[in-house]
Amino acid sequence: MDEPLVRWDWIARNWDNGGPTSVKVLLENHIVMAFVPVIAGLLIAIPLGLACARYRWLYQPTVGIMNVVYSLPSLALFSILLSVTGLTQTTVIIPLTLFSLAVLIPAVVDGMQSVPDHVRQSAVAMGFQPMRRLTRVELPIAVPVVLAGLRVAAVSSISLVSVGALIGQGGLGYLFIDGWQRQFYTPIVVGIVLVVALALVADLVIIVAQRLLTPWSRRRA
Amino acid sequence: MITFDGVTKRYADGTVAVDDLSLEVPDGAITVFVGPSGCGKTTSLRMINRMIDPTGGRILLDGKDVTAVDPATLRRGIGYVIQQAGLFPHRRIVDNIATVPFLLGWDKKKARARAMELLERVGLDPKMARRYPYQLSGGQQQRVGVARALAADPPVLLMDEPFSAVDPIVRTSLQEELLRLQSELHKTIVFVTHDIDEAVKLGDTVAVLRVGGKLAQVAAPADLLSDPADDFVREFLGRDRGIRRLGFVPAKNLALDPAPEGVTPEGHGTFNPARDSLRAALDAALLSPDGLAVAVDDDGRVLGVVGEAALVGAARG
Repeated sequence: MDEPLVRWDWIARNWDNGGPTSVKVLLENHIVMAFVPVIAGLLIAIPLGLACARYRWLYQPTVGIMNVVYSLPSLALFSILLSVTGLTQTTVIIPLTLFSLAVLIPAVVDGMQSVPDHVRQSAVAMGFQPMRRLTRVELPIAVPVVLAGLRVAAVSSISLVSVGALIGQGGLGYLFIDGWQRQFYTPIVVGIVLVVALALVADLVIIVAQRLLTPWSRRRA
Repeated sequence: MITFDGVTKRYADGTVAVDDLSLEVPDGAITVFVGPSGCGKTTSLRMINRMIDPTGGRILLDGKDVTAVDPATLRRGIGYVIQQAGLFPHRRIVDNIATVPFLLGWDKKKARARAMELLERVGLDPKMARRYPYQLSGGQQQRVGVARALAADPPVLLMDEPFSAVDPIVRTSLQEELLRLQSELHKTIVFVTHDIDEAVKLGDTVAVLRVGGKLAQVAAPADLLSDPADDFVREFLGRDRGIRRLGFVPAKNLALDPAPEGVTPEGHGTFNPARDSLRAALDAALLSPDGLAVAVDDDGRVLGVVGEAALVGAARG
């Protein structure tokens, strides 16, 4: 086969051809379907994680349920949801949100446990009321650990979106199916490069955010 | 004044941490709670600022039952220093010190100015203000802890084993710093420690507690060393009680003999009768080959000498 691995003219023609499967549109969809679950997951994980940190008996059952959810194949969840939410991005976003919770809830709990006992007690002794202690002392100290979890959640979410291509909502995942069906490698290479680049950029953004948010932390990423 | 009136803390599992404690903590002085682990000393301390509430009896702060005061309000009026300092790792030193002023709603500028003043007061370089706690040594962190407790100028200071996590040399300097600060500030201090030497060094009054939260003895350090109430206190005080007690007897009443010809501070142990204790004088005699302790004044001039026999006589009182 004298076909080149990458045909640049294909990329030029398909980057922004106005159709629903132009690379640019797929990339945009990919970003939405990868990041909405992580943001939603974080918003859900914070209260749930705080509850688990506060009421220890909640923690093991919650982690257990989350691990079972995490073990379910994403494709199975997409198929189940198809009957409810149809062939939409929501069908991908909901399972990925659940997956991100499996990482983010333990991250929030670990973050709260990373607050040293003498720090918490001195906050009480200084006269912080519980809510203020949480928002001004405990949560800020938990940030490095939560962000470490967020990095894992973001990267795995970016990677998992591709599976959605099997139900027609996979962002860049479409390129893999397309290339495989036609035995044409250029879309596959483009898809891989963009997914990896997206993951690297997301990771970098979180690392920079951590440096800016926690100049006090010795645990530099 | 803080009054413990028949205070008991009994936990749900039946453990008694503090058992019918009655005690008065005088104003403007350091009262030390000392005892082995499990004696309820920390629990007793924490009942003062309601980090723990008693299950029986009352604690009065200036005549008012502390359980009648909102905990957060009460705590903002009581300084607290904890073991390992408990500094907030995410806040700069200046803002750590200004914690309580911020909570009390002080103007930011005023709170920070107050923090800077305290930073110097506890013997730290003002350059440290912009640093984060992890950039300071353990001893420096503990000084910041003391500055933070003093920030809103509370009349009462609670200190929970504040110096036990630092090495002995740093501990000694922190203890001396506390005594120096106290001589300027005259706070009502309750200090918890398991170290009896620290207790007799710092305390104007020492309360010895035994396991099970019972008060064994309350006394001034010198009286504690000379007259322990029972075997438990005697054993807890440890060896060398007789010698250690001399550390509380001033040397200024010693009768000095004129210095014999040729006796100089060189080659002799010396003491300063104006500020040293009988213990220092006895130590000076033991260090001199001829058994004479040489008394010198602030400028190093020889005032006279005291012999070993006279020192032992004075020590017996």
